[in-house]
Amino acid sequence: MATWKRTRGFWVSVILAFAFFAVVEWLIASGTLNVFYVNTLFFMAINVMLAASLHLIIGITGQFSIGHAGFFAVGAYASAVMTMKLQLPFAVGVLTAGIAAMLAGLVIGVPSLRLKGDYLAIATLGFGEIVRIALLNIDYVGGASGMTVTHMTTWPWVFACLFVTILVIANFTNSTHGRACISIREDEIAADAMGINTTYYKVAAFAIGSFFAGIAGALYAHHFYIIQPSNFGFLKSFDILIFVVLGGLGSLSGAVVAAVLLTIVSTFLQNYPETRMIIYSIVLILVMLYRPTGLMGTKELSSLFKWRKAAQGGMNHGGKNTVA
Amino acid sequence: MELIQQLVNGISLGSIYALIALGYTMVYGIVRLINFAHGDVFMVGSFVGFYAVTMLGVGFFPALLLAMASCAVLGMIIERIAYKPLRNAARIAVLITAIGVSLLIEYVTIYLRGAQPEAYPSTLLPDRNLKLFGVVISSQSLFILGTSLVLMILLQFIVHRTKIGKAMRAVSHDAEAARLMGINVDNTISATFAIGSALAGAAGVIFGIYYTKIEPLMGILPGLKAFVAAVLGGIGIIPGAMVGGLLLGVIESLVSGLGYSLWRDGVAFVILILILIFRPAGLFGKNVREKV
Repeated sequence: MATWKRTRGFWVSVILAFAFFAVVEWLIASGTLNVFYVNTLFFMAINVMLAASLHLIIGITGQFSIGHAGFFAVGAYASAVMTMKLQLPFAVGVLTAGIAAMLAGLVIGVPSLRLKGDYLAIATLGFGEIVRIALLNIDYVGGASGMTVTHMTTWPWVFACLFVTILVIANFTNSTHGRACISIREDEIAADAMGINTTYYKVAAFAIGSFFAGIAGALYAHHFYIIQPSNFGFLKSFDILIFVVLGGLGSLSGAVVAAVLLTIVSTFLQNYPETRMIIYSIVLILVMLYRPTGLMGTKELSSLFKWRKAAQGGMNHGGKNTVA
Repeated sequence: MELIQQLVNGISLGSIYALIALGYTMVYGIVRLINFAHGDVFMVGSFVGFYAVTMLGVGFFPALLLAMASCAVLGMIIERIAYKPLRNAARIAVLITAIGVSLLIEYVTIYLRGAQPEAYPSTLLPDRNLKLFGVVISSQSLFILGTSLVLMILLQFIVHRTKIGKAMRAVSHDAEAARLMGINVDNTISATFAIGSALAGAAGVIFGIYYTKIEPLMGILPGLKAFVAAVLGGIGIIPGAMVGGLLLGVIESLVSGLGYSLWRDGVAFVILILILIFRPAGLFGKNVREKV
C-alpha cells in the first residue's frame, strides 16, 4: 500500500498520457484534426523533447549549453542517412540518431569538464556552429541544399519518443543520480568536496540530453521532407534555450509548458517572423530582468497541487532558486 | 608571394576583428559579461555609416565619427536598460539577457528597414593598387589598417594615460575597492561600454568598405569571431584582443588560401574550443584558481 501511495501520481500520469494518445490517435484516424493541426502537434512534441533534453543539461546539472541545435542536427542527419542512403527501417534510424547525438554529447561533454559558465556556453555555441558548417561542406549529405527525406514520422512514433523522453528525464531527476546533478548545479565545488564524481555526472547529463535531442532530430527530419544545415543554426539553439529559460531553469514541467505555448504562439505568428522575434526577445529580456529564475522557478507543475502537504512540513522541492 | 599576399589580406581582416574584440574584452574585463549584443552594435555602426554616406553625402571620416558616436550612445543605453539592473544577478541571467538584446537589435533593424542587403559605396576611399615586390596591396586595406592602428593607439592612450582609463583599470581590478576610493563605478562602466561600442561602430564602417555588402544579421558571425579573438588573446586583456584579432584574421586568410574557404568559419570555432581546452586563460592570460 505504501508503494502505491508513493507512486500513485506516477501511474495516474501514465494513464492520462495514454488516454491522451488514444484520443489524438482517434481524432487523426477519424480525420477531425486536419494537416495543419497535426503538424503543429508534431512540432510541439519535438520542441517538448528538445526542451526536456536541454532542461536536463541546463536546468538540472547547471551546465550552460547553448549549442543544442548541434545535437538536434546530428540526430536529424544520422537518421536521414540511415533511412535514405542505407535503406534501413525507421526504427534503426531513430536509434542511430540518438546514439550519434549521444557520441557528440560525449565529445562536447569532455571539454565541459574544464569549462564553466560563460566559457562553456561559448564553447557549446562554437560546437553547434562547427556541426552546421561541417554539414554544409559534406557533399554526401547534400551540402547547402540539404537532403530530402521521406515522411515516416507518425503519431505513435512521436508519442512513444515523447513519452520515453519525459519518463527517463523525470525519473532520472528524482533518482540518486539526479540529486547528484542538482548538487552540482547548486555548488560544484561543494558537491565535489562531498564526494560526488562531478566529472561523471556532467558527462552523463550531456550524453542523456543529447541522446534525446538526437531522437527529436530523427522525428523532425522524417516529418519535414527536407533538412538543410540552415535549419540548425544557433537561432534554433536560442529557440530551445528560450523554452527552458522561460519555463523556469530547473523545472521540467515549466520547460514543457513553455515549449507547448511558444510553439502555438510561433505557429500563429509564422507570417510575421520579425514581429515574432521582437516579441520573443522583449519577453526574454523582461523575464530575465524581473524574474531571473524563469516563470516557474524550480517548481514543478505538480507541486502547485501539493501546497497543503508542503505547508504541513511535507517534502517541498521548490525551495531552491539558484542556477549556475 | 602567395603566402605574403594572404598575410596582407589576413592583417586587414584581422584588424577589423581586433577592433570588435577590444569592445568584448573591455566589457568582460570590467563587468565579467559576454556582451552578445556587441556584434549587433557593430552592425548598427555599419548602417549608420552607410546612411551617413548615402543620405547625408559626407566623406569617410565624418561617417566614421558619426557611426562611432551613435554606437557609443547605443552601447550606453543597452548597458543602462538591460545590464545595469542585473549587476548582482546570476551569470546565466545576464548572459540570456545579452542574447535577448542581441535578437532585439537584429529584428528591430529588420522590422524598420527590411532584411535586404545594402551595397556600400565603393568610391568612399581612393582605390589604387600598390605593387610591392609582387604583392598587391590595395590602398583601401592600408587605410583600414591605418585607421585601426590609430584607434588602437588612442585606446591605449585613454586606458593608460587618462583619469577615466585609470578608473577603468581600478574597477576592473576590484570594483568594491574602487568604490571605496571614491570612483564612480557606474559612470566608469558606462564609459567602458561607450568606448567599446564606438570601436565596434568604427569596425562596422570599415567592414562595410572592405566587404561592400551589409545586412541586418551581419553582426552575428564577425561578433562571434571577435569573441573568439578576445578569448584567444586572453579575455580582459587589451593587447591580447589586438593580437588575437590579427592572429585570427591571418589564420582565416591562410585557410582560405589553402583552398578550404568554405571551412573558414569553422576554423575559428575549432580554435576557440582548442584554446578553451588547453589554455582557457588565453595566450596572454594567467591562470587564476577559483577559491571556495
